[in-house]
Amino acid sequence: MRGPSNANAADWNGRHFIDSLDLSPPEYEALFDVANRIKEGPSNYSSRCVGKLMATLFYEPSTRTRLSFEAAMMRLGGQVLTVSDVATSSVAKGESLADTIRTVGGYADLIVMRHPREGAARLAALYAPVPLINGGDGAREHPTQTLTDMYTIRTFKDRLDDLTVAFCGDLRYGRTVHSLIKALARRSGIRFVLISPEELRLPNATKEEVLASGSGVKIQESIRMEDGLRDCDLLYMTRIQKERFFNEEDYIKLRDTYVLTPEKMKEANKDAIIMHPLPRVTEISPEVDEDERAIYFQQARLGMLVRMALIIRLLEEE
Amino acid sequence: MLTVDAIAKGIVLDHIRAGTGIRIFERLGLRSVEYPVALVMNVPSSKMGRKDIIKISDTLALDLTLLGLLGPDITVSYIDEGKVTEKVKIGLPERVEGLIECKNPRCISSYERHGRSLFTLVDSKTKEYQCFYCGERVRV
Repeated sequence: MRGPSNANAADWNGRHFIDSLDLSPPEYEALFDVANRIKEGPSNYSSRCVGKLMATLFYEPSTRTRLSFEAAMMRLGGQVLTVSDVATSSVAKGESLADTIRTVGGYADLIVMRHPREGAARLAALYAPVPLINGGDGAREHPTQTLTDMYTIRTFKDRLDDLTVAFCGDLRYGRTVHSLIKALARRSGIRFVLISPEELRLPNATKEEVLASGSGVKIQESIRMEDGLRDCDLLYMTRIQKERFFNEEDYIKLRDTYVLTPEKMKEANKDAIIMHPLPRVTEISPEVDEDERAIYFQQARLGMLVRMALIIRLLEEE
Repeated sequence: MLTVDAIAKGIVLDHIRAGTGIRIFERLGLRSVEYPVALVMNVPSSKMGRKDIIKISDTLALDLTLLGLLGPDITVSYIDEGKVTEKVKIGLPERVEGLIECKNPRCISSYERHGRSLFTLVDSKTKEYQCFYCGERVRV
């Protein structure tokens, strides 16, 4: 986010949320406090954004993220402008992203944008006359998923420090993984276990960035899922994303590398939690859903609550 | 040794790595100017062994960002009335707009009309720049 980085409400005004590191750790905590208050008394917040309009511009489909934002805004009493076919309408007519953002910014008080190109949100923010939230830009960032994930960990583990966190699946293109790793690396006592096929390992640049963050993060890499299950506080599963591959062959080869089953769950800690940004395809078998450690559907609900908190903060008048 | 007259008013680009002078000459568009310019190649240098020098007998506005990218070790001397009035060692520019192309095929800057490329220097030792938009790193 641009602007100063302390948690006073006034400092949120006119800011964007583009990168998961735009928020300082205290700002994350401040949002979680608001989300907790919303969870405890949703009716206190149901008129908070009356008269406000949020536009959702999705240049690639994501029903889940869009619905989460729209539900969040509507639960705050605000209204939503949805441009679900933006990629086939304005883009087809040759309109630039910058022009679309300036136009829509004239109609709405807040813009949520998803775009397949990396860095698209950063470019859009240069032109946005109202706060802009990055709803995902290519394989790069998905900061509100990070908010969701951090809030989920906070809720279920009651802490964000001293954790062993295992990531499993597509660590190369999985943007939720990159963002969450960077956000967690700012906490203390974090150990990552990174499980992926050779082709989908975490990019070196990200790894170096995390290790250079100076917080004493430890990283262990493995191709075996079992190495992550043992002694982890949380296992973060990801989908191997078809849309990130240039050819189908590569995708099919890697798709079913890791499948979390009730059998494998026996190796996990009793109090470990299993997270997933959803949608899930084959990487978690449906029988695992019955396990109380599988909290991914609760994670989705927490995502809506913390998005409500973010919307409130970004729209707050000075 | 070959001699080129000293200039009374203008700019001298010194300490150009030998062999790169002609590229800089071209990139600065000096081939098509009407005032006197000189490109001297392979000049003996105690520091560099050999170097190239460009003398420009005019006070044109130099694109120091471009020059810094092409040769960060270059020194620029501004001459007036036969004397050096200012001497600048350029170094690598901190911020480069529109000159480096992002190699990431998924980057918005290679796709969007308004996406003039923008890079910032992350490591001057390795001459590494980072795309402002997608974070891709390149060495110049």
